[in-house]
Amino acid sequence: MVSAVFHSPAQAKAAAMPSKSPARVGPAPAAPLPEPDKPSFDWHGLWLTVLPPVIGVTLLVGIWALLTMKSTSFPTPGATFIEAVKLFSDPFYSKGPNDQGIGWNILFSLERVAVGFGLAALVGIPMGFMIGRFNFLNNMVSPLISLLRPVSPLAWLPIGLLVFKAANPAAIWTIFICSIWPMIINTAVGVQRVPGDYLNVARVLNLSEWKVMTKILFPAVLPYMLTGVRLSVGTAWLVIVAAEMLTGGVGIGFWVWDEWNNLNVTHILIAIFVIGIVGLLLEWLLISIAKRFTYDDV
Amino acid sequence: MKNFIEVQNAEMVFSTRKGRFHALREINLTVAKGEFVTLIGHSGCGKSTLMNLIAGLTVPSSGTLLCDNREIAAPSPERAVVFQNHSLLPWLTCFENVHLAVERVFGATEPKTRLKERTLAGLELVNMGHAANKRPHEISGGMKQRVGIARALAMEPKVLLLDEPFGALDALTRAHLQDELLKIVTRTRSTVVMVTHDVDEAVLLSDRIVMMTNGPAATIGEVLSVELERPRNRVALAEDTRYVHYRKEVLDFLYTRHGHVEKVAA
Repeated sequence: MVSAVFHSPAQAKAAAMPSKSPARVGPAPAAPLPEPDKPSFDWHGLWLTVLPPVIGVTLLVGIWALLTMKSTSFPTPGATFIEAVKLFSDPFYSKGPNDQGIGWNILFSLERVAVGFGLAALVGIPMGFMIGRFNFLNNMVSPLISLLRPVSPLAWLPIGLLVFKAANPAAIWTIFICSIWPMIINTAVGVQRVPGDYLNVARVLNLSEWKVMTKILFPAVLPYMLTGVRLSVGTAWLVIVAAEMLTGGVGIGFWVWDEWNNLNVTHILIAIFVIGIVGLLLEWLLISIAKRFTYDDV
Repeated sequence: MKNFIEVQNAEMVFSTRKGRFHALREINLTVAKGEFVTLIGHSGCGKSTLMNLIAGLTVPSSGTLLCDNREIAAPSPERAVVFQNHSLLPWLTCFENVHLAVERVFGATEPKTRLKERTLAGLELVNMGHAANKRPHEISGGMKQRVGIARALAMEPKVLLLDEPFGALDALTRAHLQDELLKIVTRTRSTVVMVTHDVDEAVLLSDRIVMMTNGPAATIGEVLSVELERPRNRVALAEDTRYVHYRKEVLDFLYTRHGHVEKVAA
């Protein structure tokens, strides 16, 4: 890079030429110089995007290592990593209902989340549309939503157990009731914020109710709806761990509790990382879906 | 000439949170078939309100509006509107935006291939055939406005309503689109009602200029007939004494007799 500084403009131009000019003397650079008229790879930008997260993670691990140096009960990062490698080398074993691989635990949790969240979407999105479209309904339901939304997920669990008399449906019920609110609210807000101009277009064209729905309302609301979905999935993933801790069965939440009873803190730490990473992946997945359906207006 | 659009004693009163707002009073206006009429006035004088009444987007507090001897009770594709901010649907391509309108008007009576032809012809009319498969955010403001006009024209409306269609464009693009609009209107012989606040635009395009007084309770102050032969050429007209005279008349009305409300209040 240093040699580039000493290039005169004429030399730089010559270097930019595709022909190998013999005028190029001195030590040949190991990598080709970034040529001014050719978009070169943006190392600086990559550096700036990669470096800060790496520093953040390193700092966390470093502090963790420092704090656990002399501890006997709390595992060090190294020990946790070795244990994690062991755990993930055989994720899908099954030795009875209370001892299954971490892969199974994650999949069972994801299945509960999918069912509970899917039901919530099935009910919540149409409900949001109705609330957004009809003011009467909005005024009717909004006090109920305000009342029920802040309730802790675990408060719903006994109701589920009472009604369904089984652990699994109760967990799904808890996810359902906790993840439905963001979808209702965001969809309703989206419907209310459909630009008046678009609806005027619909009125001038005298479009049928079906066309208004499919060509105008739905596409206009979609970005809001997807935000709701994203928040809901996040909530569902938060809730599942707590719900499974109480209900048992196979699942990542139950696994955390089980390992606590075994006093296996290393596994609990691994579980925390796994929960975080799965949540991150879910979020990333939904953001990439949402990006596809966001339209640049104006 | 036959009266095609008739506005009889229209009043418009909005009830807002701050109380009743009397926007328009005693509006009487007739537009003949094939006529190009411009509504001009200071902002807030209710010209867009009057336009919305003719479109049927709002219903007058009292008075009657007729189009082709039928009462205007609701919006209808026979009175196509070009909105100020183009109002293209961002998730549809230019083709689909125009097709949506074409399908609605002709879908019941014509085969699909004919609908496609109509859509493409509409885009060609405004020289936007090349952008049929682009989405609105991929084209410039002037192009969007052209697609908006194509959407309106493709419906073959009885009346074309233009609500400050070129207001958001730069002067050069605006002039270009005005010329194109003149050509298109000559070709299609459309009846046009256009809202504007641009004096030159009004004189250049109109057969008659309807000048509105300042609100609240705005009404029609004067109507000026522009008797310049068509086709009109903006460069030649710039030195035409009649053009200068008409321009002066409108300016005189707007600034001498009905100066802006805020200036009066100051």
